[in-house]
Amino acid sequence: MNTNQIFKAVMVLALSGSLTAVAEEKAVTDSQRIEQYREMISDGNPAEFDEMRGEELWKTAGGPKNASLEKCDLGKGKGVVKGAYAEMPRYFKDTKKVQDLESRLLTCMTTLQGIPEEQITAKPFASDKKESDISSLTTYVVGQSKGMKMKVSTKHPKVKEAYEIGKRIFNYRAGPYDFACSTCHATSGVRIRMQDLPNMRSSKKDAQTAYTGWPAYRVSQGLTRSFQWRLNDCFRQQRFPEPKYASEATIALTTFLAVNANGAEYVGPGLKR
Amino acid sequence: MNTKSMIGFAVSLSLAMVAVPSQAGDSGKDLDAKTAMIVKRDFRDKGIAKATRVNQDELQAACSKYVDKLPKKLKAKLEDKEAEAIKWPADGKFMGDWKAGEKLAQSGKGMTWKDKEEDPRGGNCYNCHQLSATEIAYGTIGPSLLHFGKERGYGEDIQRYAYARIYNAKAGNACANMPRFGHMGILTEAQMKDLVALLLDPESPVNK
Repeated sequence: MNTNQIFKAVMVLALSGSLTAVAEEKAVTDSQRIEQYREMISDGNPAEFDEMRGEELWKTAGGPKNASLEKCDLGKGKGVVKGAYAEMPRYFKDTKKVQDLESRLLTCMTTLQGIPEEQITAKPFASDKKESDISSLTTYVVGQSKGMKMKVSTKHPKVKEAYEIGKRIFNYRAGPYDFACSTCHATSGVRIRMQDLPNMRSSKKDAQTAYTGWPAYRVSQGLTRSFQWRLNDCFRQQRFPEPKYASEATIALTTFLAVNANGAEYVGPGLKR
Repeated sequence: MNTKSMIGFAVSLSLAMVAVPSQAGDSGKDLDAKTAMIVKRDFRDKGIAKATRVNQDELQAACSKYVDKLPKKLKAKLEDKEAEAIKWPADGKFMGDWKAGEKLAQSGKGMTWKDKEEDPRGGNCYNCHQLSATEIAYGTIGPSLLHFGKERGYGEDIQRYAYARIYNAKAGNACANMPRFGHMGILTEAQMKDLVALLLDPESPVNK
């Protein structure tokens, strides 16, 4: 058992204990319960292990070019990690693209380290069997924006356009179930089964809370999940085909959601059921 | 101005008046087109969820464009079209087995890229609706269906209504959130009858 596994086991025990205890109080809602266990373990989010792994990866020379990522420009200058995530997605002159954190890391890993893109995008998400470098790097970078205000600028016309396209993707109904993001996330105060759903189209507060808690450690999966993963799994449940990792569609949607969260304090990496 | 250009002017004027801006701004149309291009390019096959699933039918496209608030005429036209396509049970009966219906209502499985083609599909009902009083883990995106028959009666007209609603909710409300379980081939005729029974059998827990 490695540290991560031990932590996971302790967490699950602690959580099941708290759930049994509160299950007896019928007045306690599911979301209150989740809030309760978030508080309980807020001193030790297992995402911290992934942050540490990511930091190590950032600073260690690797790839065919045997380079670290310390010269990677996340928008605030080469190697500046502090506060970078709170201002992403943003427009990058070198790639002439609007990029979210994960697509930008992809750029740095391919250009600075010489790792082939397909090698990274083939399995960009962590699993029980294998950790993901780009996912851990993401966890590290977002942790360096903890406590900062979300400030994604739409001044650049390309970012503004990405926002508009993202809004359209949010409302895009398709597939055998006719679902869009908006089917579940454009009404306030509703839930699926017992799961409360944030209204990310018209509630500023919901949009802020939902966005700033990701990436997050998923207790039920025992893994830290990136924002690209969050979108990927939403589309799965929407009965859509798979969005390509770090594609323009996912970046546009992320831009829409990130801009809607502007003004809120970034609190991730978060902790989810 | 000659006749031809006058006609041209009149046509473009009337077009401008018909074109209701969908998602705001003068560049709305360009952005709609660009979005469609990006979505078609950026999604790929995974398992049974083929990339072609992003291709919208007329109704999906209209509801997306108008963000679920259709102009009256278009709404009525689309609803008629959906209603006409309802395939009614060949034996003229709407009621199946409520017990099988309850099981179906509980299951949210089916048609994601993790599912297999042959996997049994659920009705997803409890995800969005309250049904039996004993099930407290119900969603609230749709209206409560508790006491559905008890409040509306158990006659054939209401059975027919429930069947149509499950087969194609869009026939009654073009941009409803609810999937078109019959129209899109999500559930079989027998399964939809089981769900009608869950709503309208006096013995069903929904009516207790």
